[in-house]
Amino acid sequence: MSKIISIEQAMDKVQDSFVIMIGGFLAVGTPERLIDAVVSKGYKDLTVIANDTGFPDRGIGKLIVSHQVKKAIVSHVGTNPETGRQMNANELEVELSPQGTLIERIRSGGAGLGGVLTPTGVGTVVAEGKSTVTIDGREFLLEKPLRANVALVKAHKADTDGNLVFRMSARNFNPKIATAADIVIAEVEVIVSAGEIDPDEVMLPGIFVDYIVQA
Amino acid sequence: MENRVLIAKRVAQELNNGDVVNLGIGIPTLVANYIPSDKKVILHSENGFIGLGPAGETIDPDLTNAGGQPAGIVPTGSTFDSSMSFAIVRGGHLDATVLGALQVDQEGNLANWTVPGKIVPGMGGAMDLVVGAKRVIVAMEHVGKGRVAKILKKCTLPLTATGAVDMIITDYCVFKITSQGIVLTETAPGVSLQTIREATEAEYSISADLKEMAV
Repeated sequence: MSKIISIEQAMDKVQDSFVIMIGGFLAVGTPERLIDAVVSKGYKDLTVIANDTGFPDRGIGKLIVSHQVKKAIVSHVGTNPETGRQMNANELEVELSPQGTLIERIRSGGAGLGGVLTPTGVGTVVAEGKSTVTIDGREFLLEKPLRANVALVKAHKADTDGNLVFRMSARNFNPKIATAADIVIAEVEVIVSAGEIDPDEVMLPGIFVDYIVQA
Repeated sequence: MENRVLIAKRVAQELNNGDVVNLGIGIPTLVANYIPSDKKVILHSENGFIGLGPAGETIDPDLTNAGGQPAGIVPTGSTFDSSMSFAIVRGGHLDATVLGALQVDQEGNLANWTVPGKIVPGMGGAMDLVVGAKRVIVAMEHVGKGRVAKILKKCTLPLTATGAVDMIITDYCVFKITSQGIVLTETAPGVSLQTIREATEAEYSISADLKEMAV
């Protein structure tokens, strides 16, 4: 059975107050068509988990500008002044997580782990309120796993079974968020028949992908 | 010679043939322009590849550096996801990271990600980079706006990491941070010990082998 659906069908999978993971690094490898559809549907009180909040007119930033996000768990907001403005006005809660920690929290959410132990952030504000564990004399922070209701993934190529291939630096958070959400929707540039992608070239197994939308 | 170029040229001398290196945004990015052609230095870009190079004539929207600017990838490069990228960073597979600082102190503590109440861009990958790289080189102009000292006894801004910095290269001088404390090892051409003293709050010693920067 093909996993290809229309953008309208994809939007029926999203609800108000959902936790949404979104791929991309400064709007490279971000599913722009899916984001535009979430904006026009007007879903609200969303929690977004992503590397950054993009730019006001590109990537995840469009959801911030349209006031649909209640909380963002990200590593960087510096390229989107609107995120900073909403933070300072208490309209938006931002939890900053170091980039390497954030992706491991997502990975552990998708891999059935209880979190990760990382040296990153020890002795900084990131450590506040977190458990620490000393292993062989070195201190680590316990960082808890993250999961989402839906992940919006961007890939270069998919077959109709959902096997994905990414390009260049557009891969970033995309493969790992697809492992950590209940529903995974991939926006792809090129769709080919099942079996046309060599198993050795598949970067994310299709079992993680529920639906495919043409970019 | 322009101050930023002087700093970048001196940093480039620290890199060895075969090193895997991450260069931060600003002055550190300039370092790539001054790596001698007889040294092969492999540049890591934390958004997901090694083999960072200049952008080609045709811009690939799927390939940027970690600042989101168009980039290229050298023929021996490889691409990966963010989890692999930060395994390289935290796992001790980077020989050096070069980054800017708002403040750095005589114990090697670094503050370079936020000024509370003014700028809260987020730490991005900086906390992981300074914890994980084998050598942390701070490259920055010696004093800030209004000639305020940035090399301090103790950082006052929120930290990026504790005890992480190995070397500070500025337009005035070079400091090494050792187990015996912070040591002035080189002065920039035309910069007096008196000038450095007045522009530095940290309590440093002067190396018996004090030299002028050979740039």
